[in-house]
Order: sequence, then C-alpha cells, then structure tokens
Amino acid sequence: MIKAILIFNNHGKPRLSKFYEHYSEDTEQQIIRETFHLVSKRDENVCNFLEGGMLIDGSDNKLIYRHYATLYFVFCVDSSESELGILDLIQVFVETLDKCFENVCELDLIFHVDKVHNILAEMVMGGMVLETNMNEIITQVDAQNKMEKSEAGIAGAPARAVSAVKNMNLPEMPKNINIGDISIKVPNLPSFK
Amino acid sequence: MALKIVKGSIDRMFDKNLQDLVRGIRNHKEDEAKYISTCIDEIKQELKQDNIAVKANAVCKLTYLQMLGYDVSWAAFNIVEVMSSSKFTYKRIGYLAASQCFHEGTDVIMLTTNQIRKDLSSPNQYDTGVALTGLSCFVTPDLARDLANDIMTLMSHTKPYIRKKAVLIMYKVFLKYPESLRPAFPRLKEKLEDPDPGVQSAAVNVICELARRNPKNYLSLAPLFFKLMTSSTNNWVLIKIIKLFGALTPLEPRLGKKLIEPLTNLIHSTSAMSLLYECVNTVIAVLISLSSGMPNHSASIQLCVQKLRILIEDSDQNLKYLGLLAMSKILKTHPKSVQSHKDLILQCLDDKDESIRLRALDLLYGMVSKKNLMEIVKKLMLHVDKAEGTTYRDELLTKIIDICSQSNYQYITNFEWYISILVELTRLEGTRHGHLIASQMLDVAIRVKAIRAFAVAQMAMLLDNAHLLTGNMQRNGICEVLYAAAWICGEFSEHLEDPNQTLEAMLRPKVATLPGHIQAVYVQNAAKLFATVLRKHEGATDSQAAQETSQLLVERLPLFVQSANLEVQERASCILQLVKYIQKLQQKDVEVAEEVSALFAGELNPVAPKAQKKVPVPEGLDLDAWINEPPSESESEDEKPKAVFAKEETKHSRPRHTEVDEKELARRREARKQEQANNPFYIKSSPSSQKVYQDAPGVEHIPVVQIDLSVPLKVPGMPMSDQYLKLEEERRQKEKAEKKKKEKKKKREKHGKGKKHDSGPESEEDITPAHHVDIVTEEMPENALPSDDDDKDPNDPHKALDIDLDNLLSGTNCRPLADTEKLPVRTHRSEPLKSPGEDGDVESVPQEPKKRSSKEKKEKKKDKDKDRKKSKEEKKKKKKHKHDAEDEPAELPAEEPVKSEETNEVATPPTSTSAEEVAAPAPAPAPAPETSLAAAPDSEADEPKDAEPEEVKCSKHKKKKQKKEKEKEEKKEKKKKRHHHHHHHSDGGEDSVQNGTMEEEEPLPPMSNYCLLAENSYIKMVYDIQGNLQDGSQVVVSVIFENKSDSFLKSMEFNVLDSLNSKLQRPEGAGPHDGLVVPFQLPPGVSNEARFIFSVQSIVMPQKLKGTLTFIVKSEDSSTHEKLDFKLHFTCTSYLITTPCYSDAYAKLLESGDLKSSSLRLEGVNMPFHHLLARICFHHHFSVVERIDSCASMYSRSIQGHHVCLLVKTADQTVSIDAKCDEPSLLGNVLDEIKQTFSQC
Repeated sequence: MIKAILIFNNHGKPRLSKFYEHYSEDTEQQIIRETFHLVSKRDENVCNFLEGGMLIDGSDNKLIYRHYATLYFVFCVDSSESELGILDLIQVFVETLDKCFENVCELDLIFHVDKVHNILAEMVMGGMVLETNMNEIITQVDAQNKMEKSEAGIAGAPARAVSAVKNMNLPEMPKNINIGDISIKVPNLPSFK
Repeated sequence: MALKIVKGSIDRMFDKNLQDLVRGIRNHKEDEAKYISTCIDEIKQELKQDNIAVKANAVCKLTYLQMLGYDVSWAAFNIVEVMSSSKFTYKRIGYLAASQCFHEGTDVIMLTTNQIRKDLSSPNQYDTGVALTGLSCFVTPDLARDLANDIMTLMSHTKPYIRKKAVLIMYKVFLKYPESLRPAFPRLKEKLEDPDPGVQSAAVNVICELARRNPKNYLSLAPLFFKLMTSSTNNWVLIKIIKLFGALTPLEPRLGKKLIEPLTNLIHSTSAMSLLYECVNTVIAVLISLSSGMPNHSASIQLCVQKLRILIEDSDQNLKYLGLLAMSKILKTHPKSVQSHKDLILQCLDDKDESIRLRALDLLYGMVSKKNLMEIVKKLMLHVDKAEGTTYRDELLTKIIDICSQSNYQYITNFEWYISILVELTRLEGTRHGHLIASQMLDVAIRVKAIRAFAVAQMAMLLDNAHLLTGNMQRNGICEVLYAAAWICGEFSEHLEDPNQTLEAMLRPKVATLPGHIQAVYVQNAAKLFATVLRKHEGATDSQAAQETSQLLVERLPLFVQSANLEVQERASCILQLVKYIQKLQQKDVEVAEEVSALFAGELNPVAPKAQKKVPVPEGLDLDAWINEPPSESESEDEKPKAVFAKEETKHSRPRHTEVDEKELARRREARKQEQANNPFYIKSSPSSQKVYQDAPGVEHIPVVQIDLSVPLKVPGMPMSDQYLKLEEERRQKEKAEKKKKEKKKKREKHGKGKKHDSGPESEEDITPAHHVDIVTEEMPENALPSDDDDKDPNDPHKALDIDLDNLLSGTNCRPLADTEKLPVRTHRSEPLKSPGEDGDVESVPQEPKKRSSKEKKEKKKDKDKDRKKSKEEKKKKKKHKHDAEDEPAELPAEEPVKSEETNEVATPPTSTSAEEVAAPAPAPAPAPETSLAAAPDSEADEPKDAEPEEVKCSKHKKKKQKKEKEKEEKKEKKKKRHHHHHHHSDGGEDSVQNGTMEEEEPLPPMSNYCLLAENSYIKMVYDIQGNLQDGSQVVVSVIFENKSDSFLKSMEFNVLDSLNSKLQRPEGAGPHDGLVVPFQLPPGVSNEARFIFSVQSIVMPQKLKGTLTFIVKSEDSSTHEKLDFKLHFTCTSYLITTPCYSDAYAKLLESGDLKSSSLRLEGVNMPFHHLLARICFHHHFSVVERIDSCASMYSRSIQGHHVCLLVKTADQTVSIDAKCDEPSLLGNVLDEIKQTFSQC
C-alpha cells in the first residue's frame, strides 16, 4: 500500500499532497515539513530509500523518493510494495506528466495541481497501484479532458477568452518567471518493463 | 435559456479561478496569510450563489488551500453539492475535493450514499470512474456496507476501466466492512483470470494485500498464483505474486520447494533489477522456511549471495542498500554464507550514505564471532570517533552494545576489554544512551563475578573524574553511568583499592547538581562505602582514621539533606543520623564495624526481566474475578489514583533493616523461611529448582571455573580497549603454540601412527576465554517456559479480515453462503419483516456473545479443573440451544469470525492429562492402589439425565451413544456442530481429544485409550497407562474391572511378575511376589477402576509384564476361586506425557541440534487430518504446537524429560511424520507405535 504521495520543491513548498490515510491539516503540514527536512539534507548520490524519522506510522513504512531538477517526488509505502518498483512508478508518473504538459516544469504543477491530481488518480487509487502503463494512463486522461472541453462548449468559450486576456495583461505570467533550468529532465531508466 | 447560460459564464469571468488564486498568493509573499483570508471570504460569497459553476470554481480553489494547510471542512456540504452536479467537469472537482478532505468523521458523508450509487450506475464510464476514485479515499463503514453490492456488480462491468477500479476498491470495502469478504471473494478470485491485464493486476494487488495480513486463508490459491507466475509477463504482477509467495512459504514448506526452480530461472533470465531483487528475496524466504533438514539447497543460497554481492558492489546506491537489506535476511539462517563477505560489509561502513552504513551495521550484528568481535568493535569505535551526526553515533553506540551483549555475552572472551569499551563510550558527548551503558555496566558487574575487582577499579576512576562526564548536564544523558558507577563501587566495595578516596569523590559538593535518582544512589552507596571503610580501619585498629571518615560524612551529608528531591532527602537524613550515632559510639571506643556492615550484608541475585510476568497463576486463582462486589460506575470515578511519590524505582536498593532487635529478627526470619518453604511459588535457590529451569530448552549453562590469570588484572590509568586487542592476540598465539606443542607431544608419543595434519586456520572452538567466567543466569520462576508473548495489535483492522475462505470455494466441507451473508441490497425498507416464527432466534442471539467470551477465556486459560465443570455446563446449554436453533441459518454468520479464531487457538496447549486426573472430580484422588476406590466412571456426571440404576447404566449408555452417533451423522449434512462425546471409559481423555482437533470440524469417532488386558467369562479387564508427572520413574496403570457374570466377585488380588526394569510398587512390608488386593468388590454387571503404580528404570524400550488376577466368584449357592492371566504391555507411548509447548520454545528446541531425527510414512490413511492429529494426541499423548492446513507440529515429553517433536504432514492419503527426539531408540519405538495405531484403523 502507498500511504502518501508528496511533491514539494527544493524549498519545501508543497506542490501536491495526497494522503491515503486521514490526518488533520496541521499534521499533514508537519509531515510535509519533516519529510522535506529528511529528504533535502541528503546528497544527490545516496540511495533513495529512507527509514524512520517519519511521522507516518513508523515501523513498516518507508520513504522512497526521487529528485528531479527543482522537485522532490516522495512516496511513503509499506513493506508490501517493491522498493525498486515504486522508484519506477515515480519515473512513470513523471514521464506521464511530461507527456501531458509537454515538457513539464515546476510551474505546470504550481498552476495546475488539479490536473496533476487527475493524472495521479489514473495511476494510484486509494493507495493501490491502478495502472503502470503510461499509454493507457494518457489515453484515459485525454478522454476525460476531451469530455470536459465538450461540456464547456459554447458556454466555456467566454471564460476561456477572459482567461487568455488576463494572461496577456499580467506581466508575471509563468514565462516571465523563468527559473532557468526548471524543466524536469526525465532520464531513461531501463531497469523496469 | 442559452442567454441565461451565457450570462452565468459572464458573471463567472470576473471571479478568480485557481490560476488567479495561485498567482495572487505568489504576488503577496509578504502578507500571504492576509491575502488568503480575503480569498476565503470571497470563496464563501461564491459558495452562496446558485450557479453551480461558481461553486465548483470555489471548491477547486479550496482544494488548493487545503494543500497549503487550511481547514476547509466547513465547506463540506458545498463539496457534496458540487459532487452531485450532472456535469462531469464539476463532478470531478467535487470528488477531488472530497477525496482530499473527507474522512470518517465528516458528517455530511452520509448524504452522499445515494449520489455515489447513482454515479456508480451512470452510463458514462468516467462518472463511475471518478466516483470510485473518490470513494476509495473516503469510504466509511456505512458507505462500504451500503455500496458493497453495487461495487460488486461493477466488478463484472463490460469496460475493463471500470472493472479494474471496482476490483481495487473492494480492498477498501473489505477493510471497512469485513462481512463483505466472503460473498465477494469468489468473484474476486474470478478476476485473477480476467482477460484484461489491468484487471488481473488489480485482482492480484487486492489478494496480495489481503493475504499479507492473513496468509493462511489464501494458501489454497497458491496453484492459481503459481500458474500466473509462470505465464504472466507483467513485471508488476510478477513482483506482487512473488512477494505473496514470500508470505505464503513459511506456512507451507512444500510450496517453497516447488518455487525454487522457477524463481531461480527468473533470477537468471530477467533484466529488471526490481524483479530480480524480489525473486532473491522470496528465494531467501523459501530457504528460511526449509532451513530445517534440507541441506541440499546450498546452490540456491550461493546464487542468492552471489547476486546480492553484485547488487552491493553496484555503483547504484539503491541496489547497494537493498542488497544489504536482503543479506541481513540470509544472515539469520545461513550466517556462514554471509560471513565470507565480511570484507564487503566492513567496506560499506565507510560509505558516505548513512542509510547504507546503518544497514551494514545491522549485518555486523550477526557476523561477529568470538574470534572477530574485538576487531569489529575496534573498527566501530573508530567510526564512533569519526561520526558527525549524533543520531548515527548513537546508533553506533547501541549497535556496539547490542553486538557485545548478544546471546548472553556469548562472544565476549575478555570482560575486562568489554568494561574498558563501556568506559570509553562514556566519553561520548551528548549521547542519549547513558542509561544503556549504565545498565550494561551493572549487568556485567553483577553477573560476571570474576570481573568485579576490575570493574570496581574502573568505576572508582569514573567517579573520581565525574566532572568530565557532567560537563553540561541538562542535555547530557551520559551522567546516567554515574548511577551504575556509584552502585557498583558501593555494592562491591570490598574490591576497592582506596575506599576512602572514592567515598570522598562521592560526597563532593558538585554531586548535588546531578539528577535526583543518581544522588539517591550516591547517598545510599556512600553508606555502604562507609561500612567498608570502618571495617578496614577497625581491622587495623586505626580508630583515628575511622573517626575522620565519620566526620567527613557528618560534614558532607547535610548537603543532601537539603536536597529538593524527596528520595535523596530521606536517605540522607536517615544515614546522617546513623553516622552521628556511630560517631558517638566511636568516641566511646565501641566496635561498630560489624553492625554497620550487617546493614548491607548479603548477595543480590540477578532476576530475569520477565520473571514477574512468568510466575504461573496458582491453581484455582481467577485473577479476573472480583474480590469484592464490583463498585458501581459512579463510585469508580471518584477513586482517582493517589499521587505517587518518587516514581524512579531504585532497582537495586535492598530492603532496609530498621529492626535492630536481634531476637525479633531471628524470629521473623524463621517464620519467613517456614512460609517460603511452604510456598511452592517462592523462588528457592536450591540446586534442584535451578535444574528444573535449566532443563528447559534454550538455556545455556556456563560452568563456573576459577579465574585464569593469564592477563594482568590491572591496567594503569584509563583503560584503552586497544591494549586488550593486542594482549588477546598474544594470548591466543600463546595458546595456539601450547596446543601445537601438545599436539606434537602426542604425535611424538604416537609416532608414525597419526597422519600429518595441519592445524589449519583457527576455528571457533579453539578460542578459550581469557577469564572463565560464571555468567549468572537470571532467575526465573520454576515453571516458566521461555516464550515471547507477541500479542497482535487488537486494533489492527486486518484482524477482522481473518476469514476462512477455503470452504467457500470447493471441497468436501463446502459451506455455502448463508442468506444473511449476502451483501445488503437497497430496498425500500431495509428492516426485514419479522415472522412470528423468527422470534425464537431473535431471543437466542443475544446469548451468543456472552457464551462465546467465556468460552474463549476458557481456552486461553489453562485453569482446567475449574473449566471442566464450566465447560460441561456450557456444553449442556449449548446442546440444548443447538437443538432449539437447529434450523436457523441466522446463527451461522455470527459464528464465523469466532470459528477462525478458534482455529488459531488450537495451538494453545492443553494441560497434561495426568495433572487433570488429579484435579478432576473423579473419586480417585491419589494414584495409589489403596485409595483408588473409584466408583462409577465420571463421565456420568456429564449426563444428569442418566439417573438410571447403576446396573443397567453401562450397557444403556453405550446404546444411547451409538444412537447419538447416528443422529450426528445426519446432522452433519445440515451443518457442522461442536462435537462432544463421552466414552464411559475415557476418564480424562476427553480433553486431550479436543486438544488435537478443530472443535468445529466434523465430529470425531469415539476414542479410548483403554485396551483389553484379559477377559474370561467372569471378568473383563481393560487398562491404560499414564506417566506420572511428579516422578520420572513411575507410571500409573489404571485397570477397569468389569463383572460380566451374574455372580458377585470379591477378594480380587492383582499380581505381576516384576522384571529388572519394571516393578509393581507394593506397600511396605509386602514381599516382592505378593499380590495387591483390589480395594473393591464387584456386584454383577458393575465395573470399577483401580490404579497401580509401577516403577520403571529405562523408558526407551517397550516391554511386557506377565501377571495374574485371582478372585472369588460367589453365587447364591457356591463360591469358586478363579484365576485370570494377563500380559501388561508397557508401550513407549505410555511414558510420554502430554506437555504444552509454545511455538517459539519449540523452534528453539529444534534449532538446538541436540535431537536425532527419524521419519515415518503411512500410506492409505483416509481420515481427515484433524482426526489424525486427534488420534496422535489422544493415543500417544502429544499436543499440537501449531497447525497450518495439512501440516502440524506436535510435541510431547517423556516422564524422564526427553523431548519428542513431530512434524506431521499429509497429502492424498499419505501421511509423513518427521520426528525428532534426544533419545533415538525411544523415538523409534514411539513411531512404531504410531504406525500400529493407524494400521489398526
């Protein structure tokens, strides 16, 4: 079982949090903070597994994380999950994000956290891995987005227009806040599949 | 209409959407909180509008704010509103928000049931999908119950997208609503073979999660999974299955054997590291489960270790980490194969990655031996010095101590070295583990007598340099060691070089800054030191020095009297007064040393930490029973626990003798001794009681030998453990040289005979410890069995899912789903209408739980004699009840979870039958022939209805029983029943039958251990032999005499021709050939039982004794003298006593390697496995230790203490029994007898 999935940046700002067990909002923030502290102080070239020091339960659980450019992807899992399998799952997740957002960067996650949630929902459901095939995930996500668009139809058009105008007028649009090499590089990992 | 929509969206244009919110927050870095609070106000406004689009937008923003840590539960109702929108876009937003912030406590959840049901049955698959995804996050027991049926329908949906989601969510439903598991399981199992790989994977996923918690219920799926494993190409599925097999193999060793080959193939073929790693892991699990008696898997171990070495050597830190992790699993069972990679593991200690270093440390723990301990610890000490983070350093410290102290200091050859290590560790700054070091110091000093002098010297040094340790005390846990140091110096002060100086060090003003509990120990032990100093000076008649010491105490103690700590204050003022008094006496030149040291006389024995827990509950004592009437609820609230004073318990302080009156003391001592002698639970230090404990498996006894002073006892200055390393090496060299010399000598003596052999590398046995030390074993209560009570967490939700699923699927004892087990389907009225006929069972239901709880209690407690009566009553009740409820399936489902629990409890051992005989209400109180005036067999007590006259009882009883059997056969088809049977012979046998069986399974055929001794037209004799628990050389033969004639039988005399080995015990004064008078007469048709005690020498062989019974037959007109010859057959079984054994003690026993093994195969046994076990239990006095499906481990013990262990396995009519025993010939004979038992049936 996957107990929680967290994405935060190099400064510990949460970009996505998904807990498959209930915690209060305060506890959730505490967990995010603590996890960030644990993960961020680790060197780049050490192993991606962490035990203990975790607010989430303790004994059986393990933190498995990957660091891409400015973002940490952290999965908290129990012993029924294969460690290397989860590492690959994170990879699949990031690759899927990359496909869906076309060269994903931190800003995509910042502004479209709902979309990230929707993609994640096609991969992991209630803490259990639902689908690992990237093409299948993308097909389902696209189909749902298409439905959303068709529902918006004419009614959605003005809103979209306004949104576009807003973006034109506002100088601090994502493109302007260029944080350099923010795009998440997706290395190829041959270990799985 | 269209206009309205356009208008709505124009309104919307000017609301903030999620992107605007995020942007806004980013623009207000300085006053983020303020900005967000205005946003929340806006959102509140938006939520008040009717337009669902506006609401959805607001909810979407709330979801984002929730991630930032804002509580949005106040909007729960609005979230439900958005969820129920007909548009997918909004629905998705609603469900996402719900999945992020709903939980079991959210009260609006109950409003969602119908909406979710509607969405689940929506024609749009994505509506359904979104609902399932959301539900998976916030499902509650109520939702699970109400929606289980709908979800189950979706498991057969046409779209695989829905199917896989439905399958996956079932796991959550099971967790919240365990009753759904049985009805849903067949379909779940079906999905394992779904054509869609995603659905298949989901089903595997769910079953793996289920099986991980309760593996035994899923063993029957193993063949299916095996097929999947060899056919599937999906690595995810393969990994899950392989992990599942890892959980199943410990329960079924045969499965493991089958797995080895395909797994090895996968290891060789796969390129995916994740799969390779899991394969290796499962192979290890298989090897662990096979480790007993399967030596020819060394190739597989070798392969695993090899692959792991490759992983560890890999540059990828992840693989390195996992490799070490898996290595530590191998280490437990095959330490030798890992030890050869010591170099690699030591190398990992230098790794820059802390996780890897910690893993390597774990491995080191299992790799130490006598030979390399010092070397490894030296390396670790170097790391301690280098370590930067305190966490890692603390970890190192605990590991060092763990490594050294493991298995009772098994690997330490030189305790001086160990004490030095401990002292060196005290120099660590800021460690949290001062307490750990202190307890080690205490433990070693108390238990290793030979080391005390050295330890005391070191501790005195520590006390002298206490200021070094207590630098900044607040956050310094290390000062705990001063506690140990002070106590050791005080307790063993006779070893002190200069007690005066130590005393002075303990009374320095700086001490007052130490924590209270340490000060208390200081004060107490200062008094002990004072006593030693006095004695020393008085011995040397140096009264001046003695008075100076008293003066020192009188001056320094007031500091402690002022202490804020109550304990310190109390002790100090008490001792201060004492010293003042002594001072007065000293001034009068009175010798006081004797009396003062008498205050602290006597040796303290170490007591095992678990000892208190292990004291068996005395017979007849019910700890749960109220002593007085239970107080009413309101009263108990008033009674709050009183404030406890000093909570810190000074473990080692002895009771203070305040009484001075010698006479009174002596009187009390005498009284106490008397009391202790009479109290069987008092731990006496007599050698006999210790022997009892040492007989228990797993306790090593280390012989006491004098100190061998090959190493100088004193090392000047602070000790350096490194010195010992050198010394130790030199010593070993020397020893080796000596040995060689001896060998050479021998060779010279033999000259030419012996082959030339190299002494080779030093083996483990060659290393003799520097000090032969007596490691005092910790005291335990006499009857305690070494065991770990690992109670499972009662709150674990998975416990409820421990449901037997096998009988659902197929097989002879298939139990179909009862009506009530079906998942609730929505109806207009959920309350079923009650028919008048059902009222009866409604009434009977509330009785169930009550009865059950007492029954469970009964099985847990071994307080049998009390239970006997209770259980009988229960049985009666139950029986009656069952008759009433015969045709009511309603009772079944409620019973279900309990049944599986009962299955577990079969492992709980019964008390031995012979103990029971004593306790049983049978009128044969003592196993002596004179007193065995046994009346009617006691089974009659079970049947109060059978109040017929005695003469007819026996025959009638039998008939009745047969009739009952028939009835039962019929009932069996309807449903299984708790079986109980009476055999009018089986005195006390009844319980041993139950012991081996699942009570809920099919009824057992009646069994009796009584076999025919001899028979003629007048009399029939049947007998049974039981070992005597109290005396290792006695057996009790119970003989039932039955008068078959119409005449009166009297003056019966029982006589046996003694053999060298076995003798009938006759009353004192009787000759060796005299017969024993049977203490009763038999009227026609009556039977009665007499017991005879035999003493036996050797119990390893069966034997036969010839004997005769003489009696007078008295009819109305005549009387004749008759004689009947018989042969008493003492089987080896009769020397066995049913003895309970816990599974961990059992495992230890098997591991010990002292047992010889043997095996037996029985062909064509076609009885149910539990019958088979019951037979072995009953006829051969075994108890079941553990049963897993068709495999069981059993244990018994002979009257002379031989352990007999059986592993019974069955597969289609073939039973194989692997047995182990420390006496091979006894074992052989027992096995022969078992074989015979089964050949007869």
